[in-house]
Amino acid sequence: MLEELYKEMAQSIIDGDSDISAELAQKAVELKMHPLDAITNGFVVGVTYIGDQFGKGEAFLPELVMAGEAMKAAIAVLEPELLKLGESREMLGRVVLATVEGDIHEIGKTLVGTMLSASGFEVIDLGVDQPADKIIGKALEVNANLIGMSALLTTTMVRQREVIEELDKEGLRPRIKVMVGGAPITKDWVDKIKADGYSEDAIGAVKVAKQLVGKE
Amino acid sequence: MSKNIKTISNPKIKLEVLTQDDVKKIHEATLQIIEKVGVRFPSKRALEIWAANGADVDYEKKIVRVKPQIIEDAIKKAPPAYKLAARDPQQDLQLDGNHVNLGTDGCGVEILDINTGEKRTSCLQDVRDIARVADATEEVAFHWVSLSAQDTPVESRGLHELKAVWENSTKHVQTESVYNVEEAKAAIEMAAILAGGKGNIRERPMLSLMQCTAPPLGHDGGSLDAALLAAEVGIPTGFMTMAACATTGPITLAGDLAVGNAEVIAGTALLQLAFPGAPVFYAAAQTASDLRNGSYTGGGPEDFLFGAATNILADFYNIPLSMGAFATGAKEPNWQAGLEGGLSSFMASVVMSDMLLGCGFLHGSRIWSFAEMMMDCEIFSIVHKMMQGIVVNEETLAMDAIAAVGPGGHYLGQKHTRKHMRELFMPQFMDRRPYSEWETKKDDARDWALAKARKTLKEHQPDPLDAKISAEFEKIIKSVEKK
Ligand code: B1M
Repeated sequence: MLEELYKEMAQSIIDGDSDISAELAQKAVELKMHPLDAITNGFVVGVTYIGDQFGKGEAFLPELVMAGEAMKAAIAVLEPELLKLGESREMLGRVVLATVEGDIHEIGKTLVGTMLSASGFEVIDLGVDQPADKIIGKALEVNANLIGMSALLTTTMVRQREVIEELDKEGLRPRIKVMVGGAPITKDWVDKIKADGYSEDAIGAVKVAKQLVGKE
Repeated sequence: MSKNIKTISNPKIKLEVLTQDDVKKIHEATLQIIEKVGVRFPSKRALEIWAANGADVDYEKKIVRVKPQIIEDAIKKAPPAYKLAARDPQQDLQLDGNHVNLGTDGCGVEILDINTGEKRTSCLQDVRDIARVADATEEVAFHWVSLSAQDTPVESRGLHELKAVWENSTKHVQTESVYNVEEAKAAIEMAAILAGGKGNIRERPMLSLMQCTAPPLGHDGGSLDAALLAAEVGIPTGFMTMAACATTGPITLAGDLAVGNAEVIAGTALLQLAFPGAPVFYAAAQTASDLRNGSYTGGGPEDFLFGAATNILADFYNIPLSMGAFATGAKEPNWQAGLEGGLSSFMASVVMSDMLLGCGFLHGSRIWSFAEMMMDCEIFSIVHKMMQGIVVNEETLAMDAIAAVGPGGHYLGQKHTRKHMRELFMPQFMDRRPYSEWETKKDDARDWALAKARKTLKEHQPDPLDAKISAEFEKIIKSVEKK
């Protein structure tokens, strides 16, 4: 019976069905199941499966994104229960993510966010066109250990440097690490602005993020 | 044909990817999207224009919803044909539905160095060099500012680039690198100097402006404000949608066309409401997203179909089109680059897209390659040749020659052959040599194309821009630079 329920939970993630995953999470609450059991033995199994399939090239981005959404829906139900027990999920790290000021390119940043969440990071995605003070303010507010900045224009990549300089001025590094990315970003640029890490794609971004928070 | 420019005209090949009924459905879907879902216009000026013209404006979300009639009436005010002026009037280009004009690609970030072949960050000298080579080719009819001059200040970069192109070519210049008010004002001043006064820009626009929409269903504030300034003085202005299936647009092609169309048509209507009769164009580079990594494919069958479909939409609205072609994801000039360049340019040309962008880039419009540019030009020449079709008449049926040769023999000695031989296409970069010759040299199109670019760069001297004008440009640029 329990095994059946775990399977259904995993399947709801694989199907990317947020309604069902939330329903199953609710059922777990009603059955007085420990929230972490439901997450680890049920929902996460689905996320891992989709992640593996994606890695093999057999699942596609929309499936990954929808699995992420379904996971979020389940967590939204289970997290309050977990808090009641005085416990929390173990995350790899907390990331504040944004596309820099003056830049509205969104897709790459969003994909990086999707991959990071799917890999166990807590991601706060601020969206596009975000000024330095907003990014830093949010990172301080949520006590993030990583700031991720996307820039796709040669005219806006300088904003990445501004954020780093500001963090240094406030003595916030190395407590907060900085990862950057986007079409014009090269290794040279990353060295020049003294960012902690960069990646050319979203899968690489997960690897870099894990290294930066010391989880690899 | 204008001086030193090859354009496609009087096409003999036709292709109908969308029926009139399809177009009507897409149009109706578009109007419904604009009325019910709305389009985001994050510019105070734009929102005020919409409000003054009876649109429903949500100032907080910056979303505008507009009744179909307002959109349809506004679009009708757009001129169906006009010209892009060049520094050399003999190189003016007609946007009249009967000319396909090739442009370079634009706004890249890196270049394969013409001497070392190494990939490096783009700079101002690259912009000059590319302009000069493009000036010499007959395929390139106008420039898109090719690369970002990353060694110039951020706030005036778009202006340094424009100056560099005008100083190195007499052909028309289009930019997508001017997308804020300050630079737009300065660029207009530059265009005014070239035209001999602001009032003459409308008659002789040597600059045109391309702005991206922000899919799905949005615009960028800076781009909108820049477009409004340009349209006001008669600089041809277009909005380009890049709605990409699966990420910024619906996964299905029809849905993606409808979303992109809604962005472009709403933006175009705004310009017409503000400045009725302003020269505008439709621009598009729609494509699919790669399902594995989300990348903008810039090629593949979906992209080619969009290339052929969009001009049918632009024709329906009776405005010129600038169509993205040649955008390949290939990392070097190779099979993929040739395939994507060939099919995308053919599909967009066969429907007579007025402007065909853009030769020269690799890696999804990011890396410039001179070899790629030259080979793309040859692809355009091939399409140009194909579009002339097959002429059937007494002379081309060659009955006299056929009778003279009879069964057996050959046509090499016939006057008819000699008379028409130069009509056959003569490739510059195709390998038709004996195998053994290739075996000893092991060279190919890429080497020949690069060699041609190098030679052109060394030898071609474009008509210089008046030094006084250069100096005035310099002053304008300085005035926007931070002290
Ligand atoms: C935190 O850590 C990390 C780590 C890794 C990170 C990371 C962060 N962020 C990204 N990564 C990395 O991982 C991601 C996933 O694999 C990757 O993200 P990417 O974003 O690279 O990849 C995405 C999955 C798919 N790629 C994309 O979505 C970008 C593709 C291209 C074609 C592109 C698109 C689609 C768009 N554009 Co724009 N656009 C181009 C792009 C050319 C290109 N091929 O890159 C580029 C970047 N654009 C350009 C330009 C000029 C512009 N664009 C503009 C607008 C747009 C659209 C809105 C139409 C659209 C974006 C739609 C959207 N909602 O996001 C304008 C910008 C306005 C503004 N203020 O921002 C405008 C200025 C044009 C105009 N005049 O209006 C060029 C910039 C050139 C330059 N020299 O600066 C450009 C190279 C194309 C070109 N040659 O013209 C990696 O980079």
